[in-house]
Amino acid sequence: MSDQGRVITYGDAGVEALREEMRRDDSIVYIGQGIGSRGGNFRQTRGLWQEFGDDRLRDTGICELGATGAAIGAAMAGTRTVVDEVFLDFALEAITQIVQQAANISYMSNGKIKAPVVIRGAMGSVRSAGAHHSHTFYNWFANTPGLKVVLPATPYDLKGLFKTALREPGPVAVIEHKSLYNTKGVVPEEEYLIPFGDARIVREGKDLTIVAMSRMVDLAAKAAVVLAEQGVSAEVIDPRSIVPLDRQKITDSIKRTGRLVVIDESPSYCSFAGELLAIAAEDCFNELKVAPKRVCSLGVPNPFSPVLENQMIPTVDRIVNEVHDLMKQ
Amino acid sequence: MSERVLTEQISQELLLTYYKKVLELRLFELKVQELYRNARLPGFVHLYVGEEAVAVGVCSHLEKADLVFSTHRGHGHALAKGVPAGIVLAELWGKKTGSSGGRGGSMHLYAPEYGFMGTNGIVGAPIPLATGAALSAKLKKKSGVVVCFFGDGAVNSGSFHEAVNLGAVWNLPVVYVCENNLYATEMAFRRATKNTSVASRAAAYGMLGVEVDGQDVVAVHEVAQAAIQRAREDAGPTLIECKTYRYVGHHEGDPGTDYRTREEVQHWKQRDPVKLARKRLLDSGVDEKDLQAADQEVERLIDEAVEFAEQSPEPSADTVNEHVF
Repeated sequence: MSDQGRVITYGDAGVEALREEMRRDDSIVYIGQGIGSRGGNFRQTRGLWQEFGDDRLRDTGICELGATGAAIGAAMAGTRTVVDEVFLDFALEAITQIVQQAANISYMSNGKIKAPVVIRGAMGSVRSAGAHHSHTFYNWFANTPGLKVVLPATPYDLKGLFKTALREPGPVAVIEHKSLYNTKGVVPEEEYLIPFGDARIVREGKDLTIVAMSRMVDLAAKAAVVLAEQGVSAEVIDPRSIVPLDRQKITDSIKRTGRLVVIDESPSYCSFAGELLAIAAEDCFNELKVAPKRVCSLGVPNPFSPVLENQMIPTVDRIVNEVHDLMKQ
Repeated sequence: MSERVLTEQISQELLLTYYKKVLELRLFELKVQELYRNARLPGFVHLYVGEEAVAVGVCSHLEKADLVFSTHRGHGHALAKGVPAGIVLAELWGKKTGSSGGRGGSMHLYAPEYGFMGTNGIVGAPIPLATGAALSAKLKKKSGVVVCFFGDGAVNSGSFHEAVNLGAVWNLPVVYVCENNLYATEMAFRRATKNTSVASRAAAYGMLGVEVDGQDVVAVHEVAQAAIQRAREDAGPTLIECKTYRYVGHHEGDPGTDYRTREEVQHWKQRDPVKLARKRLLDSGVDEKDLQAADQEVERLIDEAVEFAEQSPEPSADTVNEHVF
């Protein structure tokens, strides 16, 4: 990661990516609720409507199924689109179009039709949003052949991955995290892209490998600082895109450290964390010193009570404790 | 229904073209039925027998670059849009030479090179897709038009409501063509909805709605011509309800007699689109002998399609991972 540049928010990094790509490619059309003059529920399109107008920033009523299908159909017909579900939860209203149409179209048409559409949504727990506004089901998307899935954890990654998504031939789910929008980071002035399938080593270490996605990357990094003070050297890796996955960089690290802990905001059962443990078993069986471990959200709908929600989601303390348990084995 | 009195006569030549196309769709489906019943074709198929006049009457007004989105009962739409019968049949056979190289099948026929954007296994799903394609066409400003076919089964789905509403409010160059064949699988339309006039629903979206006899290719021709012209001139979308009927079951294997009477099927067969088109030609003075020559020409075309598809190779197994992304 470059340390040259300005400090901007995660939200503004997404806006910059869109502005640059919409200037570069005048076919890009952005569809969603409140994304025009309002500038987005999370301010995720702030200022774009003033520059690109109603034709390219197309506000809709509440109709995720129709709007997402229209974004996919436009993409199939040669107009690159972004459909903003706002809350990722609302993509469920449109899931048939995403899974059955967008993800399948290239294969079903023998590669003759592509759907260059970005499906954008903000996931995850934030300040008692409750069960209807907190889901993190990126593992469902990752289990859908034909769909690429990126989970940016920092402003730098969001901008670079979003720009790459806007040049992909097919559908990409760009899944942000709601509680990251106001976080800040260094983003270069000059243009850059981040290729998919290129994991980021957040912190180097030798005793164990921690893999974390999205907001969990920050928690994992904080836990690694605490662990270092306690004499445990943790390597932290962020896959950044989970489809495609940088299997090489992750398994190289596991082979080096012999230990794996995955931090995942989804419930553990059938989670992406489970996939990473399977990969460790397949590729690193001989090098593993202890059984790998998952630190995930509990398998309950997101509770409203801050006390209960805090109990459900991984915390820095929980990660530190789980790592110590693993290191004792 | 009485024969439609046309405001404008169509030429004998065009009528003959329509007749041959309607017959092509009919003979194609009867051949598919035969092949399927003889266990030659994999998967499952939904046949268009009885509804041919709709596809032909609508698609005859489209340019190659105009786009068509279709349904699970979509072989006829593909043929009417100009996709050669051979590559459609090869796809139904799962062959390498099929429109999707055998990756799609009956419900996933794609031939964008002919402006055919696909049959679809999901009822209702093509309506948002076609609406988006029409948005693309509008933004490109090249007078392109999109036609979306769907059945009465689709109009009670949320996809219909959300997409048609967007098409109307964005004033898109799209024609929504409902083939109301009275049954969604076995569910009678009158049992599925209180308002059985699909065309009347257009008013709810501030859109033009028209009802037409879907058995008469000339009647469909006339209504579709006006709707497509409106779309091309950026005058907005139209919802056309074509009253039609499938003689066969929902899919091959469904006898189609559990939920409707034989009398009802016979009643509709009296207004058969092939016979009606033929009668129009005879009434206009075309010789029976000329019609027999036309029949033979279409039969040859279907025979050639079968030969092509049958002799085509299977896809190579090691290509299974291609074209996922």
